[in-house]
Amino acid sequence: MSARDEVLSRIRTALGDRRPVPDVPRDHRTTDDRPPDELLDLLTERVEDYRATVLRCPPDAVTPAVVAALDTGLGAGVGAGWDPASVVVAPGVPDAWRPDGVATDDGRPAVGLAAFAASVTGVAVAIAETGTLVLDGSPLCGRRALSLLPDCLVCVVEAGQVVGEVPEGLGRLDPVAPLTMVSGPSATSDIELQRVEGVHGPRTLVVVLVA
Amino acid sequence: MTAVFLGIPTAPPGVGHLRGDRSFPDAARDALRDGQLRANLGHATSTIRAKRAAVVGEVPDWAELRQAGKAIKAATMARLDEHLLELETRVTERGGTVHWARDAAEANRIVTELVRATGADEVVKVKSMATQEIGLNEALEAAGIAALETDLAELIVQLGEDRPSHILVPAIHKNRAEIREIFARTIPGVDPSLTDEPRRLAMAARAHLRERFLRARVAISGANFAVADTGTLAVVESEGNGRMCLTLPDTLITVMGIEKVVPTWRDLEVFLQLLPRSSTGERMNPYTSLWAGVTPGDGPQEFHLVLLDNGRTAVLADEIGREALHCIRCSACLNVCPVYERTGGHAYGSVYPGPIGAVLSPQLTGVEDNASLPYASSLCGACYDVCPVAIDIPSILVHLRAEHVEAQQRRTPEAAAFRALARAMSHPRLWRLAQRAAGLGRFLARGRPTMPASLPPPASAWTRSRDLPTPPRETFTAAWAREHGS
Ligand code: SF4
Repeated sequence: MSARDEVLSRIRTALGDRRPVPDVPRDHRTTDDRPPDELLDLLTERVEDYRATVLRCPPDAVTPAVVAALDTGLGAGVGAGWDPASVVVAPGVPDAWRPDGVATDDGRPAVGLAAFAASVTGVAVAIAETGTLVLDGSPLCGRRALSLLPDCLVCVVEAGQVVGEVPEGLGRLDPVAPLTMVSGPSATSDIELQRVEGVHGPRTLVVVLVA
Repeated sequence: MTAVFLGIPTAPPGVGHLRGDRSFPDAARDALRDGQLRANLGHATSTIRAKRAAVVGEVPDWAELRQAGKAIKAATMARLDEHLLELETRVTERGGTVHWARDAAEANRIVTELVRATGADEVVKVKSMATQEIGLNEALEAAGIAALETDLAELIVQLGEDRPSHILVPAIHKNRAEIREIFARTIPGVDPSLTDEPRRLAMAARAHLRERFLRARVAISGANFAVADTGTLAVVESEGNGRMCLTLPDTLITVMGIEKVVPTWRDLEVFLQLLPRSSTGERMNPYTSLWAGVTPGDGPQEFHLVLLDNGRTAVLADEIGREALHCIRCSACLNVCPVYERTGGHAYGSVYPGPIGAVLSPQLTGVEDNASLPYASSLCGACYDVCPVAIDIPSILVHLRAEHVEAQQRRTPEAAAFRALARAMSHPRLWRLAQRAAGLGRFLARGRPTMPASLPPPASAWTRSRDLPTPPRETFTAAWAREHGS
């Protein structure tokens, strides 16, 4: 018997013929009726709680906010000190969000992205309650390595992408897309169970909230 | 109905890490003498308990999520074969290859052959309980393949040639000074001025692993969840080492226990709320990666999923014990357990320590191979209270103790003593004689309310960890007869 058939037959033996399937109560919250403004504030508070930075901007001033985010993330004075060529953006990021001179992900072998100091992407959805951004591998979010290898990640979130709870967030996603849920900068609790930000993923996360 | 009766094999001995070389009480006695260990554990578990309580307390529908989580797991187990077949179909449709492994040895063989076929002689690994359980690193090493653990705590354990002692934070038994010492001693070219500040230690690990990630061609991971109706796998982590392994190499091999499957995408909305708050005490862990098969142009272009039994079907055969398969490995039960807090994880022998280990390991191996574990608990119930999927660990412990006692066929001094007691209690003359004999024990107590712990065997087996009250001067029946005449 193949391993597959044997494991399946063990399961059937273990369960026997009578195997009632219990009802699954789903009485938890699946929507959030707080007004959008409150959700934006909650998202901000929760993301900042992970020691990430949130910058708000109006829809017609995203580029200056992205520049400010890069200033923050790359530790430079306003408008100076970082080379635009060291910043890579996801291919689907609109022109209106791009600072002058930044590079676009050109599909080079993924490890080549480690040469950039920062990356800029959009998100698929943001979950306020948990301060979570979800990237889905679309042109706007870029491939997974793009938001992983550069040490500073700037994510642009539009107000309409913000939901309250985890169930609403997952409901908006394509389950077969390569998804990355990002809640703050990379961190570890492995030393004495105390949280330390910044291990293998980006050590700095800056969120530009367009609202 | 038990697995033995049904002929379902448990996890085989001689491979993997489900059995200790000593009994729990023996190993625990040594651990209790280690003051540093107890201080480290006490500090770490109290930190995490407070964080968990705070973030669980802020969720108004925690009880509902917990009930949903429990019911989803029970419903999954009732149709486990069907869900696994659906998962296999979906993963295959998306360009992945599914393998089935009856036990640890077979899983190790499958993974070793897959790695060999790529020509790689080193792999990067994401922390995974399943691969620890089957001893995959040792199997790879025997085949000349170096397996590099990339989770910070796993790295500490690997570099220190130590064993993991916690399912979430395998190096919880080490404090920052000890970790600094391990890094300074074992990481080539490490900055000699490295301090024991956690941030500096994390940076040293980053520098050590960075180049290895970038050159890795094969990665091995576990999975926290696998969604049957979409073929989506999920890995929940913090550091980004998981993302590195799941994204950069050409080939990804995921080893997953068959009980990790969940039926639908919607089920994740429950577990992705329950797990992070229960494990690290965060609203959400920093990174969760979800993928289905292969995505052209993004991540590994070859994906293998190894579905592992290794005793799980034997657990499934036990109607009471099967609830242990619902575990989502959050480790909350370890952190609240008064026994774990004092003994640490090594005393349990298996890679699954603490309350969940005490019910899972003996079932995976057969209770005779981990006979002392069902007794490694005070039955206080704290584990049940914090468990995000409401596993009734105390009831399973009691059930396993009964099974163990039965399996022993009355061979121990304790069993012999109870047999003698049963006889004496059913014969009034013998009973009175026995009570008079017990009265003689009073002189050993020298007026104290409990008997000394250093009684001769077999009584010592009882008094080593329990108080035995000093027998009264006069039995109740003797006093009654004196005062009322009989
Ligand atoms: S038994 Fe429950 S509390 Fe313990 S690790 Fe598993 S899910 Fe967490």
